[in-house]
Amino acid sequence: MDTEDKTNRHTGPINGFTHDKIERHTGLMVVLILVVISFGGLVQILPLFSDRALTEPLDGMQPLTALELEGRDIYIREGCHVCHTQKIRALRTEVERYGHYSVAGEFVWDHPFMWGSKRTGPDLARVGGRYSDDWQMQHLYDPRSLVPESNMPAYPWLFYRDVNNRHTSRKMQVLRRLGVPYTDEQIESAADDVAGYTEAEALVAYLQQLGTAIPRR
Amino acid sequence: MSTGWSLFVIIVTLGMLAGFSWLVLNTRRIQDPDGANKLNDHEFDGITEYDAPMPEWFTWMFLGSIAFALVYLLLYPGLGNFPGLLGWSSTGALEQDQRRADARFAPLFERYLRTPVEELAENPQAIRMGQRLFGNYCSQCHGTAAQGAPGYPNLTDGHWAWGGDPEQIRATLVNGRQAAMPAWGPVLGDDGIHDTTEFVVSLADRDHDAEAAARGAEHYAQNCVACHGPEGRGNSALGAADLTTGVYLYGGSRETIAASLRNGRNGMMPAQTGLLDEARIHILTAYVYGLPKRHNTAEHE
Repeated sequence: MDTEDKTNRHTGPINGFTHDKIERHTGLMVVLILVVISFGGLVQILPLFSDRALTEPLDGMQPLTALELEGRDIYIREGCHVCHTQKIRALRTEVERYGHYSVAGEFVWDHPFMWGSKRTGPDLARVGGRYSDDWQMQHLYDPRSLVPESNMPAYPWLFYRDVNNRHTSRKMQVLRRLGVPYTDEQIESAADDVAGYTEAEALVAYLQQLGTAIPRR
Repeated sequence: MSTGWSLFVIIVTLGMLAGFSWLVLNTRRIQDPDGANKLNDHEFDGITEYDAPMPEWFTWMFLGSIAFALVYLLLYPGLGNFPGLLGWSSTGALEQDQRRADARFAPLFERYLRTPVEELAENPQAIRMGQRLFGNYCSQCHGTAAQGAPGYPNLTDGHWAWGGDPEQIRATLVNGRQAAMPAWGPVLGDDGIHDTTEFVVSLADRDHDAEAAARGAEHYAQNCVACHGPEGRGNSALGAADLTTGVYLYGGSRETIAASLRNGRNGMMPAQTGLLDEARIHILTAYVYGLPKRHNTAEHE
């Protein structure tokens, strides 16, 4: 082996600091990687915590009632968010079809968000009040009885299962800790508030309030 | 964003770009003039490795990306509160797009708004636009061909629960409708429901049990006549169904009619006023108004 090559290997412009040095010191490399990737978070995420438009609810917004909250959990359990988004982008065609684009204040009490990422079905961000309760019930029970072309699955079991109210109060307590302003009375009466409702009724209650905090146009 | 956070974002972003530039410029190595690649100083079982420098074009790509980032941050919002030289924003882009569309369609909409519904219903272009609107706002309940579904009126058959004049159709669209048929089960009892069902069936000249219908007629005269009228012709001001036509919103079987009587019905059409502007309501009115006629023409062809 040519030993001369070894002696004058480093020809970088600054003496002593080359990529070679970083590559040979794993600890240094880890630190530098952390520094570099933290820049993105520092710039993108950190300032948002202090932006009131992103952290405060809209005027007059009310937290979900106990029944709507249980409906939301059924929405999650049945995987509605897999095929339906809840996020209207600021694009003319979307605003035309679904109503006012989604704003950050609408979601501050959502834990977790139901934005979704795929629209097999339509966006539901402002579906509240768009159809009657009867329509929603019928459509959950048998979508094709109303929309023959629909490929949405039917959810008949929601109609004979009652809402499980064992954890309703507890859920609201946890959400309060996360910043949702539930009152003591609401939490106390939560189990009674949802008792006797079917899962379908809870889900429809949730759907009917979606996006109603601001006018659709 | 407060000025402090804005400065923070600017300093970190530009500092990062400066750091990247420094890193790329100071660690790059040019191919030795003599063209010979160096060897790394490690060696395993006689296997050695060249220490070839990064290709030059790769370095230029790095530097090019940094230059692109600087130009982008100059033109578009990215550096704290600096809005960028182009003044672009997502809501601004939306509004511009909406203004462009409004400007494009405004003359057409204005012309349509001045055209009476009866005339507009004959305009093929307006009908095509109406069909698009119907597909988005109405077809989920009334069906893509406006054929309806149990509980949701067929709009092609010429039977109108709330009236088929242009003004009535417009009012239905703008304000929605809420029908309220009370539950008569507790009042009439099972026999009463059975008899009244027979009478309702007889109103449409269908086969019926005359004796039961005669008893049902008394229940009808007491409880139903106020909305459905003495001859069962209904009342479009209330959405009370015409019982003489044989067209039933919820289905015409005896079971369904009995269920309607027993439990009542609360058909509801949602108001479209928050969704559609005046011009679109007008076009949709014309589309719906013309549906029965177009349906008949299509059937005869």
